[in-house]
Amino acid sequence: MDKFTTLTGIAAPMPLVNIDTDMIIPKQFLKTIKRSGLGKNLFDEMRYNSDGSEIADFILNQPAYRDAEILVAGDNFGCGSSREHAPWALLDFGIRCVVSTSFADIFYNNCFKNGILPVVLPQEAVDALMEDARKGANARMTVDLESQTVTTSDGQAFGFDIDPFKKHCLLNGLDDIGLTLEKSASIDAYEKTAAQSRPWV
Amino acid sequence: MSGPKTLYDKIWDAHVVHEDADGTCLLYIDRHLVHEVTSPQAFEGLRMTGRNVRAPEKTIAVPDHNVPTTLDREKGIENEESRIQVEALDKNARDFGINYYPVNDVRQGIVHIVGPEQGWTLPGMTVVCGDSHTATHGAFGALAHGIGTSEVEHVLATQTLIQKKSKNMKVEITGKLRPGVTAKDITLSVIGATGTAGGTGYVIEYCGEAIRDLSMEGRMTVCNMAIEGGARAGLIAPDEKTFEYVMGRPHAPKGAQWEAALAWWKTLFTDEGAHFDKVVTIRGEDIAPVVTWGTSPEDVLPITGTVPAAESFTGGKVGAAQRSLDYMGLTPGMKLTDIKIDTVFIGSCTNGRIEDLRAAAAILKGKKVKDGMRAMVVPGSGLVRAQAEEEGLAQIFIDAGFEWRLAGCSMCLAMNPDQLSPGERCAATSNRNFEGRQGRGGRTHLMSPAMAAAAAVTGHLTDVREMM
Ligand code: SF4
Repeated sequence: MDKFTTLTGIAAPMPLVNIDTDMIIPKQFLKTIKRSGLGKNLFDEMRYNSDGSEIADFILNQPAYRDAEILVAGDNFGCGSSREHAPWALLDFGIRCVVSTSFADIFYNNCFKNGILPVVLPQEAVDALMEDARKGANARMTVDLESQTVTTSDGQAFGFDIDPFKKHCLLNGLDDIGLTLEKSASIDAYEKTAAQSRPWV
Repeated sequence: MSGPKTLYDKIWDAHVVHEDADGTCLLYIDRHLVHEVTSPQAFEGLRMTGRNVRAPEKTIAVPDHNVPTTLDREKGIENEESRIQVEALDKNARDFGINYYPVNDVRQGIVHIVGPEQGWTLPGMTVVCGDSHTATHGAFGALAHGIGTSEVEHVLATQTLIQKKSKNMKVEITGKLRPGVTAKDITLSVIGATGTAGGTGYVIEYCGEAIRDLSMEGRMTVCNMAIEGGARAGLIAPDEKTFEYVMGRPHAPKGAQWEAALAWWKTLFTDEGAHFDKVVTIRGEDIAPVVTWGTSPEDVLPITGTVPAAESFTGGKVGAAQRSLDYMGLTPGMKLTDIKIDTVFIGSCTNGRIEDLRAAAAILKGKKVKDGMRAMVVPGSGLVRAQAEEEGLAQIFIDAGFEWRLAGCSMCLAMNPDQLSPGERCAATSNRNFEGRQGRGGRTHLMSPAMAAAAAVTGHLTDVREMM
């Protein structure tokens, strides 16, 4: 997994609330057995007409936002299914950070497994960042994980909270499984005790 | 921590393998359910790193999302990508030695129906699956939730998950339900009241007389949609109904083990005085048969209502409601019962169990599907299908003009050929009404099986109480 330290890039405004995982990556693209290549189908049904041509006014089709690396989105981003294809598609497109007032639980966790930083901020802060994102490609936002801040193009900074363990893993690009396997002895011990106390499991 | 505990606290505490100073825990996983869509990349990850499945005997796989549900299933899967996904699961199950119910096994079905049916899901367990509707298993008093593919790989390799504890939320449904009101109406009404983010950060325990009165099937329907309310999981304390359902299932404990298990299961309830961070109480008498009008599961209204105006909402929801109305092709002020339906879908992990089919068949008996409509029943598992045939329900559906399908997810998410066309309007017993969920441009109204059956007869959304 790639590290996430600091990112300065174009932010695309998506004020819609409840952007669900079916919008982020519709199910016809879940038939893959790979993780890569989903970026072209990110937001597929909002982004393309049924004949495959682009819907010109969709935000990521607008020239200013084609290279966006940050999304500023409405409440409850990523609700719906557990599909990790949603963060895979975002990542493959080039999005490394999503800012919202709230995220659905599973999506939020999935982001961290893929080097994407989901930033939760209060409504006023998201409103200010949404305004900044609307300025287009010349306005670059900066997200700094170490200092836990998002800074607008004109220097207004907002601090955000994040779980220290998740921060540590993301900053260092750590693989969870490797970390857990270091605790194998604890797992062995647990299984031994459980075999006595809950043998039917 | 001593002192009074919630049911969630008790199950959590029994599964902590290791706790870090900051509260990050390694949680032991008792059952890992696997389906073909969210697992291939996880098995691929194991192969690439030379890791193995730590507890294949606790891992259960079944293909459900992609499988054809038409009667000619044995001919194989036409869509190449779908076929490759199912073949990948076949191979992974074989290579790693995990429990497996292949496509043509009579026990095959939707993973969340097969787990309980086979006795894999038991009270007090931790159950995970790369699927958000894993919450279903909470009906047994198991801590069950969906995970992403990276976490699937993590559980395969370590039989644990890295977790932080959620907060406790209590949803109490008091009193009795009125006639025509079902578990689906309860769960939709809760989401309507709390919103799709109302449960974010929480594990919900459903309780109260109306919940106690539900069958195990009904409880599974309620917990199934905890995720639509944003919660990590939904739980219902096990009781005699739970034990009776579990007893004798193929993978349930037997003999002395059964007695030992039962003794522990009986301690699984929320202690008097335990703390909940959030409490929602709804009177059972106040719940009506409901439908969704929009493209979020929180867009819930009693069937006697009218389509709302976007301006009746606040904040970001105004824009979202307008988008929903446009997408759904609805005009504010119109009566919900005037909405015409093209298609009826009865099935899914929310409402694809025997009791759901009985409820729908009770409405359909001696009646016909309205001319020109498409209607299908997709049982949740091969065993549900067999039982429905034995009880004569299948014949009622067929006589009414429904297609009687094989088990799978089918039109719940339309990954297989069962899809809506643009603009096609569907009365569905599934759990998601998102844009394009049942096919690009398709319009979904969620409701109970009885309500869906009523709509099939009249051709429009219908108050089932008028047909009882
Ligand atoms: S029936 Fe629908 S919601 Fe349930 S597991 Fe299948 S696709 Fe998911």
